[in-house]
Amino acid sequence: MEQYEADRLFPALKRSQSGGRASLGRRSLLRAATGGAFALGGLGALSACGIPAAGKSQGGVSASDHSAKEKVVNFSNWPEYIDIDKSGKRHPTLDAFAARTGIDVKYTEDINDNNEFFGKVKPQLAAGQDTGRDLINVTDWLAARLIRLGWVQKLDPANLPNAFAHLSAQFRDPDWDPGRAYSYPWQGISTVIAFNKKALDGIEVKSVSDLLDNPGLKGRVGFLQEMRDSVGMTLLDMGKDPARFTSDDYDAALARIQKAVDKGQIRRFTGNDYTSDLTKGDLAACIAWGGDVVQLKADNPDVDYIIPDAGLITSTDNLLIPNKARHKTNAERLIDFYFEPKPAAQLSAYINFVCPVDGGREELAKIDKAAADNPLIVPTKAVAAKSHSFRSLSDKEEAAYEGKFAKLTGA
Amino acid sequence: MAVVTEAPPPLTSTSPDKPPRRRGRWTPYWLLLPGILWLVVFFALPMIYQASTSVQTGSLEEGYKVTWHFATYWDALSEYWPQFLRSVLYAAAATVLCLLLGYPLAYLIAFRAGRWRNLIMILVIAPFFTSFLIRTLAWKTILADGGPVVATLNALHVLDVTSWLGWTSGDRVLATPLAVVCGLTYNFLPFMILPLYTSLERIDGRLHEAAGDLYARPFTTFRKVTFPLSTPGVVSGTLLTFIPAAGDYVNADLLGSTDTRMVGNVIQTQFLRVLDYPTAAALSFILMAAILFMVTFYIRRSGTEDLV
Repeated sequence: MEQYEADRLFPALKRSQSGGRASLGRRSLLRAATGGAFALGGLGALSACGIPAAGKSQGGVSASDHSAKEKVVNFSNWPEYIDIDKSGKRHPTLDAFAARTGIDVKYTEDINDNNEFFGKVKPQLAAGQDTGRDLINVTDWLAARLIRLGWVQKLDPANLPNAFAHLSAQFRDPDWDPGRAYSYPWQGISTVIAFNKKALDGIEVKSVSDLLDNPGLKGRVGFLQEMRDSVGMTLLDMGKDPARFTSDDYDAALARIQKAVDKGQIRRFTGNDYTSDLTKGDLAACIAWGGDVVQLKADNPDVDYIIPDAGLITSTDNLLIPNKARHKTNAERLIDFYFEPKPAAQLSAYINFVCPVDGGREELAKIDKAAADNPLIVPTKAVAAKSHSFRSLSDKEEAAYEGKFAKLTGA
Repeated sequence: MAVVTEAPPPLTSTSPDKPPRRRGRWTPYWLLLPGILWLVVFFALPMIYQASTSVQTGSLEEGYKVTWHFATYWDALSEYWPQFLRSVLYAAAATVLCLLLGYPLAYLIAFRAGRWRNLIMILVIAPFFTSFLIRTLAWKTILADGGPVVATLNALHVLDVTSWLGWTSGDRVLATPLAVVCGLTYNFLPFMILPLYTSLERIDGRLHEAAGDLYARPFTTFRKVTFPLSTPGVVSGTLLTFIPAAGDYVNADLLGSTDTRMVGNVIQTQFLRVLDYPTAAALSFILMAAILFMVTFYIRRSGTEDLV
């Protein structure tokens, strides 16, 4: 290499900045960068970074519980999924919990999407590290996966007397967590059909078949990106039980949806963003979540919903304690608190999802009579009888089914 | 790159015939060190990690092992080539639209705006103060089915034409290819305008006068003087627009439908939803290689090595 002397260096530097021929050209930089990367990488490095098997062996590890000394619990939840007071800053139920127990709840709304959240905590949980969260709230299929992988802790029934006593029968025995050893439901979610009366313009929508087949709705039907909701509702419509379907049934349901996609019937597969499309009338009818519909209906009289005769899918969002959480007992006490009828009713009155607590209805009626009579918040016997849940899937099934569904949605 | 890890050279001040000047020899490398470290940690290492992931097989429960399963690449490409093609087409369309919209504006700011120059520049940059997501969602309102834009387009029968071309479907714009391209164009327009402006602004105004003195008409001046001098801006503007647009997935997700999904959507779905990490990694590498190839070809053709 040519030796630079100080007085020659500065003109060279200047040249390199001014972009003359002697400059550090983009091409030479690229060459250096890629060359360096490969030299550094080498093939050995490539094979050195496999991902270890899920920590089955360390399943349910609890770090030493610091609950007694540190009076805090770190609670990760979804945005707007808890009661908020008039100032918009405090959460009355959390304040009540803190006042009674002296445990400070560090409340974070950092779960926006189950898949994304799994991607976020996976590296830490797979490596057996603390995620910094004592309590998380995820939808049942992800809860099932976390339990299957051994990444969450078994709950101590001694700390959960209320939860055990007041949990609604409907939610007691999910096939992925029999007897609720690892999880307790935060809220139940009913999946129904919502529509915009103005946009429907007289067209009658009563079933998933109407969504898939009625030519008057072409390009104005929304389905959900959540595979279990979209496929589950279709399975029900085809007379199959989502709790007991075969691989062939699944393929048949996908083929049915695919046909609707091919003829342009379905506009989009959406996440939560279907709500704005429905309000604007860009979607005339769609598969929707009960709690959203209650809100939308209150804001816009054109929006309404029906529960198809074939039935509806119910799922739950569940509280779980990840491995190595520092404040397990505190987290359990917080779970238990929300199974007292009063805080449970306060919560349901605000967020309008299905209350999983027996006795919640009476308390709710004291706060909000209309909410207590709404079958999307407190399911009537008739609605409960029509409710079905999607069966839990094995690791392999889940990958295969999600893969097929992804292809259906375009990727 | 290996150079930086070597120990600094022994101080030569002891030798009388070569005074301390030699210390300067390593200065550029020391100065580069932070940048190189940055590249290693945030670029090289993730690349290696992803490269490794792309040749692994396994499942979440059993773990992933490197098995040099290169077939993943071929499978991914044969399965998802339509999405690749679409990404390139949409990104190219958006880039051309950005150039058509951006060049006149950059020209205006550089030569004609006078005291309005700063204001217009701020207007170009202002959208960056809100999030990418919000800006894209705003387009859902702009292009809403019953909205004024779509109603006007319908009244002018524009949508009949675009529908015939397959860019829209029926009398709506949302959830069609056109909406996605519109979103991409809007979101990446400033990346086109800024480099164009920088290179146009550098052009000496006296060159225009000279061209006029030599009896060039304004159009000839533009063709023979202004545009050739602005090519570095055009090249870097198109690159800054095309590269991120080809990898974007937000616009296709929010403004598109099942038949407008781009490769970015596939990567996202495979990585987060299907949990097929090897396929997702392989797709990322194919996308990177494809873009690198196209960009190299483009830069060679345009004959510019100094970008801005």
